[in-house]
Amino acid sequence: MDKMPKWADIVLIPLISLLLAAFFSALVILAIGENPIEALKLMIDGALMRSAGWGYTLYYATNFLFTGLAVSVAFHARLFNIGGEGQAMIGGLGVALVCLYIPWPHWSLAILGASVGAACFGALWALIPAYFQAKRGSHIVITTIMFNFIAAALLNYVLVELLRPVGAMDPASAKFPAATHLPSFQDMFSTAETPMFRGAPANVTFFLAMAACVLVWVLIWRTRLGYEIRAFGQSETGAKYAGISPVKITVVAMLISGALAGMMSVNTTMGETERLILNSTEGAGFIGIAVALMGRNHPFGVFLAAILFGFLYQGGAELALWTSIPRELIVVIQALVILFTGALDNMVREPVEKIFIAMRRRNT
Amino acid sequence: MDFLTLLQVLDTTVRLATPLLLACLAGLYSERSGVVDIGLEGKMLAAAFFSAAAAFYSGNAWVGMLAGIGASVALATVHGLASITFRGNQLISGVAINFLAAGMTVLVAQSWFKQGGRTPSLTGSARFEPIDLPFAIGLPDAEAAGRPLSQMIAEAGPLQQFYSELISGHSILVYLAVLTVPLTWWLLFRTRFGLRLRAVGENPAAVDTAGVSVVWLRYSAVLICGVLCGVAGAYLSTALQAGFVKDMTAGRGFIALAALIFAKWRPVYALWACLLFGLFQALELRPDIITNLTGLKVQIQLLGALPYILTVVILAGFIGKAIPPKASAEPYIKER
Repeated sequence: MDKMPKWADIVLIPLISLLLAAFFSALVILAIGENPIEALKLMIDGALMRSAGWGYTLYYATNFLFTGLAVSVAFHARLFNIGGEGQAMIGGLGVALVCLYIPWPHWSLAILGASVGAACFGALWALIPAYFQAKRGSHIVITTIMFNFIAAALLNYVLVELLRPVGAMDPASAKFPAATHLPSFQDMFSTAETPMFRGAPANVTFFLAMAACVLVWVLIWRTRLGYEIRAFGQSETGAKYAGISPVKITVVAMLISGALAGMMSVNTTMGETERLILNSTEGAGFIGIAVALMGRNHPFGVFLAAILFGFLYQGGAELALWTSIPRELIVVIQALVILFTGALDNMVREPVEKIFIAMRRRNT
Repeated sequence: MDFLTLLQVLDTTVRLATPLLLACLAGLYSERSGVVDIGLEGKMLAAAFFSAAAAFYSGNAWVGMLAGIGASVALATVHGLASITFRGNQLISGVAINFLAAGMTVLVAQSWFKQGGRTPSLTGSARFEPIDLPFAIGLPDAEAAGRPLSQMIAEAGPLQQFYSELISGHSILVYLAVLTVPLTWWLLFRTRFGLRLRAVGENPAAVDTAGVSVVWLRYSAVLICGVLCGVAGAYLSTALQAGFVKDMTAGRGFIALAALIFAKWRPVYALWACLLFGLFQALELRPDIITNLTGLKVQIQLLGALPYILTVVILAGFIGKAIPPKASAEPYIKER
């Protein structure tokens, strides 16, 4: 018998964790001498009350959708992929190579090519840690951390020594050809009379991320492979007895995870900067961890969490602009979300379970 | 390359290896007790900021270090709560602590000092100054003779050069860090506490059956880890550099973690691993030396990534096998 009803597990517990994180964030804002309610108002005004604000919110949310899905697919196989950041960096390299060296006639073809490039490069960067975990038993968390640093060094080398145009100073690739320009929300939704999403970087990749959400849902809950991934995550020995190969599931789950993380770079590198720069990922790979934990590894939950973090990111930028609260506030909030929904899950769960058991006892 | 250049590189190696060594030994205590800690980076960063801030206000580096240790121990307590008391995921807790420190240090620094997330520069007794050992040529000698220090050392004999350049002239924390190595070895392998600590990382149920508290042992290991990370952070901001800057740990916590795996969770090997990784960092600052020595143009990016690459190779078991303590990352649930 379950200790508590299902709704409590998927709605109540995350909600309490989130409120705890919000409460401590408010304390932090108070402690540095600002007003948390004023801060929240500013964030809502800046991120949700104008279409341009939404344009930024959805742009960030697109990144977090990809990285959140990446972490959650790995979580289903009980693998903690902390290397989303590195996989996204290398994915960006894939995007840049595809955009720079293939003459695309139209953006619709280019985005497909860039997605394939990003996914392949990202998956490749996840393959080595996955293979070592499956075959040689080296811990995937440690290897993926190391691969984040190796990715940063590799990208630095490639940008400085190979891709940087002759005579350019900053470590970045050349500008992508105009044909690879992705339509932004401004291009798509503005009319002559009412400009919408002015200057915001949200672009067509957002719909790609939505499609990825649906595909991940189908994969995890409606396919044989998804069943095998979940079975492996529940019990490795059980899965082995059922004839599921641990090596195959570990490698395949990590390949999918790496591909999703890599595809984040379509949004940043092709959709926004239109050239490969050093720090295009800006920690989005790590935010994927918070997003997956908060979304309880379900694509719909990941979607909601990604929008929330998109809002926090844009709102945080507004705060940094209008108050003396630096952008790092978002990092603190992110940490508190990871802490309460991930590490301190039992702290919230145990008392709630006790309450439900006590209630049931009284009823019978 | 002449002898003096070699000594200079080794001198830099020692200075850069010190924070790695302290953090690596910190992780050693924690992981030997069965609590995996990927939050070394965060604890060091928090300690670096609070050390610099307290040293700035008090003008005393030791007061600064105490504040740094306090901040680091506070984070270690959070890690202990999450991974011991509430039996949560230790890796996720470590990730959270890293972000908490990365965000909070800048937030508080901005609120206190308003210098874009840094502390003001520290001078005088707010820093740990280099110590001149007896008979070594140091700054006072140079001032007395009225000549530059580097010139005086260059003219000395090789033994005196070795002594003055490499052994003498470090801050007290460097010597403390080196002394921590035999101390850790003695504590872990020659005392009852150490035996129990190692046992709790391998088989907590056996320790529990023997009537020793698993929770207490693991908490003490996590707190020792907090103290050592605190010293490492203090060294970064008040000895190696003069003040705190945003993200000043720059991945050192993860290099320390790599060194810990490289050393296969053993204290003396940890010293060599940290010195090796410190040497990579020192050479990263002087790429001309490798070019002169080998005639090859070595990519500095490759040198920077070398500790991580080596760790992956070691973990994959291509050169020896790194086997972590058996019960690491597993919360202990007492049978009911």
